[in-house]
Amino acid sequence: MTLPLFFFYVFSAVAIASAAMVVASRNPVHAVMFLILAFFNAAGLFMLAGAEFLALILIVVYVGAVAVLFLFVVMMLDVDFASLRSGMLQYAPIGVVVGIVLLLELLLVAGSFVVSPEAAGSSALPISEGMDNTRALGTVLYTRYVFLFQGAGAVLLVAMIGAIVLTLRHKPNVKRQDAIKQVARRPSETMQVVKVKSGQGL
Amino acid sequence: MGLGIGLGHYLTVAAILFTLGVFGIFLNRKNIIVILMSVELILLGVNLNLVAFSAELNDLQGQVFALFILTVAAAEAAIGLAVLVIFFRNRGTIAVEDANMMKG
Repeated sequence: MTLPLFFFYVFSAVAIASAAMVVASRNPVHAVMFLILAFFNAAGLFMLAGAEFLALILIVVYVGAVAVLFLFVVMMLDVDFASLRSGMLQYAPIGVVVGIVLLLELLLVAGSFVVSPEAAGSSALPISEGMDNTRALGTVLYTRYVFLFQGAGAVLLVAMIGAIVLTLRHKPNVKRQDAIKQVARRPSETMQVVKVKSGQGL
Repeated sequence: MGLGIGLGHYLTVAAILFTLGVFGIFLNRKNIIVILMSVELILLGVNLNLVAFSAELNDLQGQVFALFILTVAAAEAAIGLAVLVIFFRNRGTIAVEDANMMKG
């Protein structure tokens, strides 16, 4: 057994085990932690396949952003997770049946799969040996796929604006600074000169 | 790919991850948070397939596609969790069967 094959088995075993724990764990915080572990090991698998940039992006984006977002939401919401788990095993049998059928179909395809010799030789964007992965991806991303790249950026922008708009709320009884109101103030509206006669007071 | 790791290895792992994600949706059908995590697992399985074919066919296109799927998955998680937060604020629960205001 070669060393990469050994690491492949280690990464995939841990990834599958932690994915199973994501699905089955009782505590959602534990589920998020196992999700992070699954992403780390999937990043290892990406690295073994030669997709170094994607592996590190997976760690940065998924572990650093998405999983932490999940963690925030799980901890922020005061949810009785025990009640959500009641009747969980009620749907387990049909889930197992669907899962096994799906897995068998996928494995059947994966096992009997043959790449035709013509397809193997005619890749649209051949990976050149001399260029490292990040540079190669950047070279095509900013030229050939520039519109898709901009579209992906637009998707992220819309998601960001959408998330902010959805969750932003103004409480009615909070005093906030209103710059427009401050700038529009005139002395005539706010100041009053009162002549006070001496000895009388106000 | 070489080094003893074949395309079938990657496809098997990706198929198992995908199936676990689908199974998770069935198993935790009351808990939207775990359903969203299961969707992330499904997308991870798909990404693994794309990267494996990219390495096998010596074609960078698969990695480019995997990058775009990663982007969409991140946006989907952000929007899904934002919807979840406002749903919890309004209804005080995240159980799927309580999401019946639209009588769908």
